[in-house]
Amino acid sequence: MTNAIDWQLATVTAVRDETPTVRTFTLGLPGWDGHRAGQHLDLRLTAEDGYSVERSYSIASEPERSGEVDITVERIPGGEVSAFLHEVVVPGDRLELRGPIGGYFVWEAALGGPLLLVAGGSGVVPLMAMARHRARSSAASLATAANGAAGTPARLLLSSRGPEEIIYRAELDTLASAGDGFAVVHTLTRQQPPGWTGYARRIDEAMLADVLEPLGASVRAYACGPTALVETVANGLVRLGLPPDRIRTERFGPTGT
Amino acid sequence: MGERFVTRGFVGRRDAAPDAAGLSPDERRRRTPPGQYLTPDFPVLSAGPTPRTPLDRWSLRIEGLVGQPAQWTWDEFLALPSRDYVVDISCVTKWTHLDMRWKGVSLDTLLEGVELDQRAAFVVATCDGGYTTNLPLADVLNNQAFVAYEYDGRPLQPEHGGPARLVVPARYFWKSAKWIRGLRIQDRDEPGFWESLGYHNRGDQWLEERYSGD
Repeated sequence: MTNAIDWQLATVTAVRDETPTVRTFTLGLPGWDGHRAGQHLDLRLTAEDGYSVERSYSIASEPERSGEVDITVERIPGGEVSAFLHEVVVPGDRLELRGPIGGYFVWEAALGGPLLLVAGGSGVVPLMAMARHRARSSAASLATAANGAAGTPARLLLSSRGPEEIIYRAELDTLASAGDGFAVVHTLTRQQPPGWTGYARRIDEAMLADVLEPLGASVRAYACGPTALVETVANGLVRLGLPPDRIRTERFGPTGT
Repeated sequence: MGERFVTRGFVGRRDAAPDAAGLSPDERRRRTPPGQYLTPDFPVLSAGPTPRTPLDRWSLRIEGLVGQPAQWTWDEFLALPSRDYVVDISCVTKWTHLDMRWKGVSLDTLLEGVELDQRAAFVVATCDGGYTTNLPLADVLNNQAFVAYEYDGRPLQPEHGGPARLVVPARYFWKSAKWIRGLRIQDRDEPGFWESLGYHNRGDQWLEERYSGD
C-alpha cells in the first residue's frame, strides 16, 4: 500500500504563451515530492458554492527542477477548465492539485535508449518533460564522466498544423543544436512557411521509417496525441519491427481537456 | 484538505437545459460520479499498440481454481446467451459517458461453464497485449459484469477493445479490460497492470478510488 496522493495548493508563479492557443503555467509547489518525466497531475477547480471539476494535465517540466512544475495547456473551444486557465488565471493565483500520477508512460535516463518520441500538437507536453530530462542528465553525465559521451540518442517527430502552432519551438531548436544527440523533425500538416522543405503531411508509416532509421529498431518509443495519430504511430512502429512492449502510448481524444 | 479551498474566479459551466439525450441537469448531476465530467464521446486510452487477433485464432478461456477449464472459440462465444446492456461508464481520466449501449455475455453465463473451487474469490482478466486487471468475484457475479462484442449496434472496434472486452460498469473503466482472452480464477488477489502502477486496487468511481491510497 502506498501513501495517498494528497491534494495540495500550488501558487502560479509564471504564465507564458507557447502558441496563440497554448499557454504554460509554472506552479510553485513547496510540498512536491518530485515526478518522473511523462507523468501527469490532477487539477481541481472549486466554485464558491462547492461545484468542482477535475482534469488531468501532463507535466511539462523535467524532474530536475525542484519546488515547481510547468503544465502546458491547450485552450479547447468550449473547454470548461482550459478556458478558465487561459482567461482567468494570473501569477499569484493558487490552484489545487495532486500528483504525480501515472507509472507507465514515463522515461528516465536510467532506462536508456535510443529514444523515439512522436507527438501530435499538445501531445508533445509529456514528451517535452522527457526531452528536458534527457538534456539535463546528458549534461550531468558529460560534466562528471568527461569522456565526451553524448546523451541518449533521441529523435522527436512533432506534427503541428502550422509554424505558429509549434509548441516549444524555440526551446526545441536549442535542444537540437546542443550537439548531444537530440534531433527534432517537424511535419506541418495544414500550413507551411515559404521555402519549407520539411514534411507537410500527417504522420504515416513511411515518415516513421525515415525518422526511425538513424536510431535502429532497438528504440524505446513514446507516442502522445490525438487517437488517430497514436493509432497510426503505434501500428506503424509494430509493422516496422518494434516489439509492442517497447511502444508506450498516451492519447488525448477530443475530450481530453 | 480540511477547509474547502475555493478557486479564485471559478464559476464553472452549469447547463440549465436538457442535453441532446433529453436528460435534465439534475439527472446528469445525479449520475455523474465525483470529479467526473460528462461527454458524448468515446475516448480511446491505451498504454500501447492495439493488438489484432484474427477471429479464427481467438478464444476465451476460464482457468485457475475451476474443476475443468472452459474455452470458447469465437463462434461458440457468439452462440452463448447474450443480452443488451445500457450502462454508465466512468474512466479514471475523468470522462463519464451515460447510457452506453453494449451487447455481450454476462460473466454469470460464462462462469456457469465451470465448476468454481470453494477457494475461488478473485478473478484476473488476461488479454491480448499482456494487459491484466483484477477483481473480486463478488464484484463481477450477479450480472455486474459482461464480455461485450458490440457497441452501439456495431461490432466492437479494435481501438475500443474489440473483438471483445470485459465491461464492469460499477468500476473505473480500466477494470473493463480490452482485448480479453481469459479469466483466471484465484484464491488470492493479484494486482493487475494499472493496479501495480499506482492506481487503486478496487476502483469504485462513486468513492473516487482513483489512485492507490484513495
